[in-house]
Amino acid sequence: MKLLTHNMLTSHVKGVTKGYPLLIKATEVKVNEVEFNPKFVCRMIPKLEWSALVQAADQLGHREDLPGELVPDYEKNEDFLKKVHRVLLEVEVIEGSLQCPESGREFPISKGIPNMLLNEDEA
Amino acid sequence: MAASGSRSCLQYLFHLAHDNLDFRLPEIKALLALRSKPFHPCESFKEQSPFWCLDHLSEEDVCTVMARSVCAKSAFELWGHGQTHSELRTSLLNYPQEKMSPYMQKGSSYRINVDTFNKTLSFEERIKKIDAMDYLPFEGTVSLKDPQHIFCLLEDYGMDPNIVPEQPNYIYFCRWIADGQRELIRSYSVKNRHFIGNTSMDAGLSFIMANHAKVKENDLVFDPFVGTGSLLVSCSHFGAYVCGTDIDYNTIHGKGRSSRKNQKWRGPDENIRANLRQYKTENMYVDVMVSDASKPVWRNAALFDAIITDPPYGIRESTRRTGSHKDKTKSPDGLYAESHVPVSQAYHLSDIFTDLLNFSAHHLVLGGRLVYWLPVYRPEYCEEMVPLHPCLQLISNCEQTLSSHTCRRLITMEKIKEPEDLDSLAHLSDPRFSPYQGHNAFREKYFSGLNKRSGKDDTKADVSGK
Repeated sequence: MKLLTHNMLTSHVKGVTKGYPLLIKATEVKVNEVEFNPKFVCRMIPKLEWSALVQAADQLGHREDLPGELVPDYEKNEDFLKKVHRVLLEVEVIEGSLQCPESGREFPISKGIPNMLLNEDEA
Repeated sequence: MAASGSRSCLQYLFHLAHDNLDFRLPEIKALLALRSKPFHPCESFKEQSPFWCLDHLSEEDVCTVMARSVCAKSAFELWGHGQTHSELRTSLLNYPQEKMSPYMQKGSSYRINVDTFNKTLSFEERIKKIDAMDYLPFEGTVSLKDPQHIFCLLEDYGMDPNIVPEQPNYIYFCRWIADGQRELIRSYSVKNRHFIGNTSMDAGLSFIMANHAKVKENDLVFDPFVGTGSLLVSCSHFGAYVCGTDIDYNTIHGKGRSSRKNQKWRGPDENIRANLRQYKTENMYVDVMVSDASKPVWRNAALFDAIITDPPYGIRESTRRTGSHKDKTKSPDGLYAESHVPVSQAYHLSDIFTDLLNFSAHHLVLGGRLVYWLPVYRPEYCEEMVPLHPCLQLISNCEQTLSSHTCRRLITMEKIKEPEDLDSLAHLSDPRFSPYQGHNAFREKYFSGLNKRSGKDDTKADVSGK
């Protein structure tokens, strides 16, 4: 699971009102090189919950010097875009789980694939 | 409509492949819309014809459309046309000299092709037709192998294979500009794909769907019923980043029985990511997840540029979602075993469409498109059956016939406004969904005309699917 996906996911456990962002508990993290594409990163930035991205990168120990606030004029800041690219598309959780911040329900991640299914009485 | 009169701007001729007829116009329109160009056919335009003459385009527009189209064979700059060869000659001699001469100069090389529709000409007949064009002032030399310029004489012998006229109904002479992407149908054939399933989408239709959806470079595309990811393959080929979900754990993880004839189990690396790797688009892979399309796992925001999907209808695969009719209680320790598999229940067709349209209204960007297949029992079909949503505008609705009484329709919708609280409710009470409300009723009709054997096979599949 990439952090771009994590940034878009929320808990859907029944009764939960604050299910975002999901906490990441990783036992295996991998960095896979992906071709840098500044245009795509620029298009995604306005869709992101920035603080959730920074928090997630932090939890995985891959925040490096990603700023806590979105920098102004990021379109022209290649150095910044490369950092965002790395956390969005290159850092991947291979094994671990996502945890609903309110109910504590965990969604397992195995072989890089999250399983978001809930049991019949939880949804 | 004999061809004469002065033409101020160039006209372009599209030669379309004669299959998937219904899908051609929405494809070309969508590809033109990607360049903000209107579809502007000349007066004699007939959708069923393999030759379309279009106005108000530039050569660059035409090349961009051809770089994407799987419905078009080739595109040309139209120099002359007419109902007879003498009309063609008049038309060509009226064509401005200065527009022809750059392609006919001394020292250049060229070739003339003859292409016919609804008739096959012998080699001698073709040569004769080419020789008859000698009134054109070609000054270059002929090169069959590697010409700088290619010209084409296109003859249309009508649409009826049983009534082929002696002389063509219409003739065009034009300069070749570009070929479409018919080649993708072969090179992306499911036959040679690493990871497939029983319901993998045909390569040609996958590309048509991506085109109808106006998928473009740097888009984020989502398939909520991703299966083996055929649609992600076509979208990533066009430069979009892709993700998908499926309720089937085995499919997403590439486990279980193989769909190939001579192979019992799936190999260790049969999955969607490996498919993208096969076509050199692994860079465009975002993620796939095991998830129930009827559940809100995505943050409420306009995340996707396109949603493109082939929902399960319970025809060739079972329709499922998590949930149970029974009042099940947790195990005594209050926890589910890790291996617990949630009970899945039948997912009614009407609910699939309700969920899909509501999901799209919330998660598409403005102007983003939803493209999906709707199964239809033909004797009862009317346009009013196509589900609507106040935030989604119907763009096209194309039929693919499956049997005398069944078909599926490719529905394309575009998001035109952000949803308000009332919008989803308004659409739930829409009576249009009635044909799909009784899921099994629809399936029974769907199979009613089939022979007993395949009907029995289906019942079996349904039982094992649950």
